[in-house]
Amino acid sequence: MAQLKASLRPATAPPPEPIPVTLTVNGVERTLHLAPWTTLLDALRLHLDLTGTKKGCDHGQCGACTVLVDGRRINSCLTLAAMQDGRKVTTIEGLTTGDALHPLQEAFIEHDAFQCGYCTPGQICSAAGLIAEGKASTDDEIRELMSGNLCRCGAYPNIVAAIRQAMAAVATKAEGAP
Amino acid sequence: MRSFTYARADSAADAVGRAGASGTAFVAGGTNLLDLMKADVVHPERLVDISRLPLDRIEDTAEGGLRLGALARNADTAYDERVQTRYPMLSKAILAGASAQLRNMATNGGNLLQRTRCYYFYDTATPCNKREPGSGCGAIGGVNRIHAILGASDQCIAVHPSDLCVALAALEAVVQVTGPEGERSIPFAEFHRLPGDRPEIDTVLRPGDLITAIDLPAKGFAEHSTYLKIRDRASYAFALVSVAAGLEMDGGTVRDARLALGGVAHKPWRDPEAEAALIGKPATPDQFRGAARVLLRDAKGHEHNSFKIELAERAIVRALTEAAERKGAPRP
Amino acid sequence: MIAIPSIPGFLREPNGPIGKPVNRVDGRKKVTGDAHYAAEFTLPDLAHGCIVSSAIARGRITRIDTAAALALPGVIHIFTHENRPSLAWFDRKWKDDDAPKGSPFRPLYDAEIHHALQPVALVIAESFELARYAARLVHIEYEVAPHQTNLRANRANTFTPGKDKGGFQPPPKPRGNPEQAFLDSPVQVDVEFTQAAEYHNPMEMHATTVLHHDDGTLTVHDKTQGAQNCHTYVCNVFGLPKSAVRVMSPFVGGAFGSGLRPQHQLFMAMLAATQLKRSVRVELSRPQMFSFGHRPETIQRVALGADRDGTLRALIHEAVQESSRNENYVEIVVNWSGQQYTCDNVRLDYKLSRLDVHTPQDQRAPGAATGVPALEIAMDELACKLGMDPVELRLKNYAETDPNTGNPFSSKELRACFQHGAERFGWAKRTPAPRSMREGRELIGWGMAAGVWDAMQGQAAAKAVLGVDGKLVVSSATADIGTGTYTVMTQIAADVLGLPIEEVTFCLGDSSLPTAPIEGGSWTVSTVGSAVKAVCDRVRSQLVTLAGKLDNSPLKGVAEADVLFADGHLIVRNDRSRRLSITDVMRGSGTLSIEEEARALPYLLARARHTFATHSAVFVEVRVDEDLGTIRVARVVSAIAAGRIINPKTARSQIQGAVVWGIGMGLEEEAFTDHRLGRVMNHDYAEYHVPVNADVPEIDVLFVEEHDDMVNALGAKGVGEIGIVGVPAAIANAIHHATGVRVRDFPITLDKVLAGLR
Repeated sequence: MAQLKASLRPATAPPPEPIPVTLTVNGVERTLHLAPWTTLLDALRLHLDLTGTKKGCDHGQCGACTVLVDGRRINSCLTLAAMQDGRKVTTIEGLTTGDALHPLQEAFIEHDAFQCGYCTPGQICSAAGLIAEGKASTDDEIRELMSGNLCRCGAYPNIVAAIRQAMAAVATKAEGAP
Repeated sequence: MRSFTYARADSAADAVGRAGASGTAFVAGGTNLLDLMKADVVHPERLVDISRLPLDRIEDTAEGGLRLGALARNADTAYDERVQTRYPMLSKAILAGASAQLRNMATNGGNLLQRTRCYYFYDTATPCNKREPGSGCGAIGGVNRIHAILGASDQCIAVHPSDLCVALAALEAVVQVTGPEGERSIPFAEFHRLPGDRPEIDTVLRPGDLITAIDLPAKGFAEHSTYLKIRDRASYAFALVSVAAGLEMDGGTVRDARLALGGVAHKPWRDPEAEAALIGKPATPDQFRGAARVLLRDAKGHEHNSFKIELAERAIVRALTEAAERKGAPRP
Repeated sequence: MIAIPSIPGFLREPNGPIGKPVNRVDGRKKVTGDAHYAAEFTLPDLAHGCIVSSAIARGRITRIDTAAALALPGVIHIFTHENRPSLAWFDRKWKDDDAPKGSPFRPLYDAEIHHALQPVALVIAESFELARYAARLVHIEYEVAPHQTNLRANRANTFTPGKDKGGFQPPPKPRGNPEQAFLDSPVQVDVEFTQAAEYHNPMEMHATTVLHHDDGTLTVHDKTQGAQNCHTYVCNVFGLPKSAVRVMSPFVGGAFGSGLRPQHQLFMAMLAATQLKRSVRVELSRPQMFSFGHRPETIQRVALGADRDGTLRALIHEAVQESSRNENYVEIVVNWSGQQYTCDNVRLDYKLSRLDVHTPQDQRAPGAATGVPALEIAMDELACKLGMDPVELRLKNYAETDPNTGNPFSSKELRACFQHGAERFGWAKRTPAPRSMREGRELIGWGMAAGVWDAMQGQAAAKAVLGVDGKLVVSSATADIGTGTYTVMTQIAADVLGLPIEEVTFCLGDSSLPTAPIEGGSWTVSTVGSAVKAVCDRVRSQLVTLAGKLDNSPLKGVAEADVLFADGHLIVRNDRSRRLSITDVMRGSGTLSIEEEARALPYLLARARHTFATHSAVFVEVRVDEDLGTIRVARVVSAIAAGRIINPKTARSQIQGAVVWGIGMGLEEEAFTDHRLGRVMNHDYAEYHVPVNADVPEIDVLFVEEHDDMVNALGAKGVGEIGIVGVPAAIANAIHHATGVRVRDFPITLDKVLAGLR
């Protein structure tokens, strides 16, 4: 967090050398050799072929790249894979259990909470993070805390309805647990 | 993004030592730095990852205040119970900024070093004295709806984009820094600079300096404070104008007052004279308006942002009114 | 194989899937990350492209220095106008199905710069990050020429375009004597409107992946609303045989018009793949999403003259829009104004001003989303002057036939939209005076507007293959950009053949499939749906014939019209015990599969004699902070008349989404151009604001009953655009009702309201 010393410099530094990065992605430990300039998002999409995580802006302005790192939702475009070395990453592909959909996935289908589907994995991962955070109980709180996920198709009312339903399903499940 | 090397610091001293080499930047949350690197606005040659240093705690201080670790995440800070009850304006300010995902990533120290959102700063095909000293200011005479009305210069009319910092300014936080020359404390009002003729320099930090913590004084204005943010959409947008307001009330009379504005200047804007104009006076809209006018007395608009002057006045009156009305520490 | 168009009325089986709120058939893929978009296909040798964009708005490139970039290990090649291969020469080779009159932009063609962010070089490297790095090292010098990007400064420098683009007719000739009638009218409104340029900004950034196969053929995964449109384009431009290229777009991450034309990332990826003979991906950055196509900035004048009882006597609507120097992009804007209300004296006028910008591009309800709100705000202003309820004023001047042509509407249930929408909203409780409703510090405003969009139909073909297992595959080269094409086509096919949804697969987004036009203008259900119905009707006929021929067939001698298809069975209509399963018919007749192809055409005769349109009435509540001017849309009721609704669930989503677009258009979306630089400055998602979740309230959508047996064999009109059309006006009218401030400059940001609140 220091001031950047040189904002301009003559640049033809060679591309950075790959370094080993180990990530536990959807429960599977993966060691990759990545140049440090590879973001977590590009590591997932280009190196692990997990293209469910989407690139909508690459600048933290849309939320399409949202994944869970150690259970918390983040924008995977604004962190380097190397910075997440050793951590657990959950992507949309990791939310299903075998053939069974996550309650959020089911609710999104049921409520037609998407149209083109491009923002959807990010919405669902973000909603999973939201539920885990436990800070939203009203529709307005869901709206505010889901505002980091743009949906250009404008499926917001259905997204809120789907999250509300999934939240209830998750709560019921938790209460029913021994 | 240009080529760089990456290393992880294993202690604050290690980080400071590594930062000696020119072209080195610390990275913690990465939310602003990586954005700027991708946009080719900044190009460090070496990144030193400080995100795993043990600087993420939030602790009580001996003086009755709170020490916010530089690496504590924005979200963890906003939702910390002590912050929520003792410094609700800070909690509210943090939650008014960015998105839930970004707040989970961004650190408190990094937020202090957030760069401006000026269009010209971000677009490398256009002139910008902050990005490229001497190239000119595109925003002056250009598209400047989001730009400064206070404290600007003929070199730069950019604004500081942070919400958190506006509350920290109002709370008179102190920034704790360690650097090649040891440790020092920087009062918040002195931390950010005005652009003057060196708009490329945002803060008083020196090369190699590492922010370790932000200290909040005991006085948190918990009973009478608010953070009001006005923006072009309901969420996930930078402030056109924001107000951090804290009052100490004695019945209907203001005993102490803090007022800071965001979205209007190169730094969170405070003016002791405006606060003095409130103290000892009744908490009425007219008094609040008077203080707002003191604070805005030197405000100067440009082609597209003159509305901010009146908006700021109205926002100050609203924020102070809300703060005065507020009882107890509400849920942010 | 052309199906003779007849008008059979609605489908015969009342219990089929048509009209049911069926979940999206592609839903599971989309929620699991298993739907793959243009940048998500790969081959092992894939190279990555990064485009370099022009720093200036007009001029020419005098020097390109690529040495530093090429010196980086892993940089494969840099394409510029200096080293491009020979490409098609004639303009017609560069034209596509949505090209307006003029000369299409040719990327990397020469040194000329026509607009800011024009692509000027393509860096190809072994990795995405390296290509991006190298692109920063390409040094370009320019000779700057003066540019004009300011429509307001050039509003007098215009010309009148002709029929320069498909789907848009020039304004009709004036009727009556509008100028005099206006002057003679006791009540007058004469106002000017401005509308900012808007960018489509679909969530998926435009991308193309070209997979280069060992045999030299290419599979092109492109973000497009028309795989065949792009197929023709690349074959023409690069001189390739049609068989050598296949364009695919099974999933498209939104488009809203941005994918109607082949965009330059397609050209770039094809250029690199054909030259380097390897697989290449080119993905635009978000700022580069501002380098092509936009809803054009518009200046409009609407003058209304009326009698004191509200009867419209004069209607004048003039619009000036921007186009590029090289093409005449038209969206006419004003024609709907002549169609919505009965008025004897009407003048509609549409002009273009050429600026140094890229050619604008159809964006959701092109023309209508801009023009209808101007009319509908003017109507609100007239209602205020008359002291008349805005709904009453509209009913007073309700057009029973199309005033532009004198033709009847094929169907028009706008009256029902007003009635049901107003009831649902509680419009009767509105107090008419501005600033008369409030709650605490919030001023409450209720506003409404009407909307209209064309119910178009093109021609399309579809293929159906019914297997002996009773599974049906139907295909057509259309697209699903989130509109629900996969689902509604599946429903139509399942309905005709009485199959469960799960037994039907619909294929699209592939240039090798039967011909379908670009997906846009709300015409896909009409166009492709008709083809799907036609081809399934043929399969149905075949099945009846086969069933009749079986030994001891319970259907022997039964006419096709007397056979129902339901639950996978052929059933005799008036004796339901006589039935045969489709699989039994297939097996019994020794038929392994039935394959049919059919093409459906619009009912041309009916179309010549009628006006086909969807209509809407939208009611909005806004809350405006009386001190700060901040605006919040608190609730929306949108009543839609769009013929038969094939799927109320996906149709409702379409309308809701379009209302969200209307909120964006009304309150937020604006590209800020620095006219000194000729450049849009807020070219990202942080500063070009589209609505976020917190901006959007509950949106109540109702579809009114509307029967139409002329629009097509389905009776369905399409719902992609109509949802946006009235919304910006309803918001503006609600803001006026809340505050007394009339803003005629979209988007209505808080500063514009604040200026009036002083």
